[in-house]
Amino acid sequence: MDETAVRLGIHELIAAYAECIDEDRLEYWPDFFVEKCHYLITSRQSHEAGYRHGVVYAASRGMLKDRVLALRRANIFEPHRYRHIVGPIRVGKIEGGVAEVRSNFVAVRVMHDGETSLFASGRYLDRIDVSAEPYRFAERLVILDSQKIDTLLVIPL
Amino acid sequence: MSELGADAMQGVSWPSNGLSEVPFRLYTDPEQYRLEQERIFKGPAWSFLCLAPEIPNAGDYVATTIGETAVVVTRDTDGGINAFANRCAHRGNLLCIERQGNAKEIKCIYHGWTYDLAGKLTGVAFERGVKRQGGMPLEFRKDDHDLPRLRVAELAGLVFGTFSREAPDLETYLGPQIVGGIRRVLNRSFHILGRSTQLLPNNWKLYFENTKDTYHASILHTFLTTFRINRLSMPGGIHIDDSGGHHFSEAKLDYAAEDADYLREGLRSDTDMRLEDPSVVESIDEYGDQVSVQILTIFPGMILQQIRNSIAVRVIQPRGLEKTELEWIHLGFEGDDEAMTERRLRQGNLVGAAGYISMEDGCVGGFVQRALRYNDDDSGVVMMGGYDAQSQPFRSSEAAIRGFWKKYRAMMGD
Repeated sequence: MDETAVRLGIHELIAAYAECIDEDRLEYWPDFFVEKCHYLITSRQSHEAGYRHGVVYAASRGMLKDRVLALRRANIFEPHRYRHIVGPIRVGKIEGGVAEVRSNFVAVRVMHDGETSLFASGRYLDRIDVSAEPYRFAERLVILDSQKIDTLLVIPL
Repeated sequence: MSELGADAMQGVSWPSNGLSEVPFRLYTDPEQYRLEQERIFKGPAWSFLCLAPEIPNAGDYVATTIGETAVVVTRDTDGGINAFANRCAHRGNLLCIERQGNAKEIKCIYHGWTYDLAGKLTGVAFERGVKRQGGMPLEFRKDDHDLPRLRVAELAGLVFGTFSREAPDLETYLGPQIVGGIRRVLNRSFHILGRSTQLLPNNWKLYFENTKDTYHASILHTFLTTFRINRLSMPGGIHIDDSGGHHFSEAKLDYAAEDADYLREGLRSDTDMRLEDPSVVESIDEYGDQVSVQILTIFPGMILQQIRNSIAVRVIQPRGLEKTELEWIHLGFEGDDEAMTERRLRQGNLVGAAGYISMEDGCVGGFVQRALRYNDDDSGVVMMGGYDAQSQPFRSSEAAIRGFWKKYRAMMGD
């Protein structure tokens, strides 16, 4: 495997993921994950305490699809969007077709009336399946720097 | 207090002695908020402090608040639990800054005054001065400067405290039904599965009322109905204690029938929506009584939740007139196998800041708060199910909200 190509692919995946959410193409968001994936939104404090519970906890792509369907059709909230700024991406060990990757992010929340605030900062701890194209997340842990979430969290991070 | 001062302490006045017309200014008046801190949170109410498993060892402490008042809870060397004001007797400095820790004694960083784990002042730096100069006057007695202690009581692993000498003991305060409701859920030793805090842009009472509001659930929270998760509801009801302040609502479920139903029915039409992965609601009857939902509230700000197999304690922390922090502490139990833990983690998606059936509660209080801005002269209408605050064998009712106001008015003295 050409490592430079793999690194480029990983960068592309992470950028495409953020763009998918920020441009409100959420129906495609589950496709960034393998079928039997692990997606978790938690806080640094909880992560360090070893808690497995997350504000969002998904153990399958189906659970991610349900998240999107629920936010489109069931849940009630004020319309808003995010702008993700994904920081330095560090590729760690690549073994057995899986790459361990860490990156930082901030997500700015823009409400329908234009009110803009820093909604979340944190880091992604990823295990990415690079054994075949397209690359997909086997695991994406979203570790929020703060344990406090303003009002509600409905759009994925 | 001067007469002028007494006038200035007037809170919001009510249109009647009833419980069904609730003045909007209760959510917007800064003086009312201040009075609540004095008369409710520092008054004869028991407030949740922490979980006993958070402070298992001698010297473990948790710094928290009752209302906005900072307190420390400690595990003493004899195994007892103490609580006292988190404020140094010397210059009023915050003693414990971090949320949780372990210490042999409590030492103020400012001037080094030290207290034992019961809040008794044990040391004053340079008490006798330096080189016989300075120091405290001879009349100074450390015994006169212990930290104000709270009364503490533990029930089923929940630790409560009160500043009041007059409050009845905890179980009398709660009443037998509420105690029974707590013991039903916390019937074995538990541990923390996770925790988070949700910031609510509204007055604390709006959230507490929401948890007592059995009327809104199927209207505001459309997740279960949208996905046609047929809740073959069997009789439930609302149980309210005599004071009105505490309650629990319950609903039963035919678990086996629900499973069969979901598998059998599938999609009925193109417009029908089903969950791709229904494991988020797949639950078992862990208490063996078919009660699938029990929401229990303890005045002035704790909720014990059983929603299927998602068990959590929620703590309401007022942080200003229009700002509230809601702490979520999710629990697992001794004896949970991996399948049970996984079940609880998946069902955890139902509640919390991102909860399928709870996220709306995070914004709706803020919507009320916005609507009341400079438009708070009137009263809200709380008449669903009658005018009083009695237990009822049905849930299309606002009886538990009226119960809240009954207790609130009694404690506020109006």
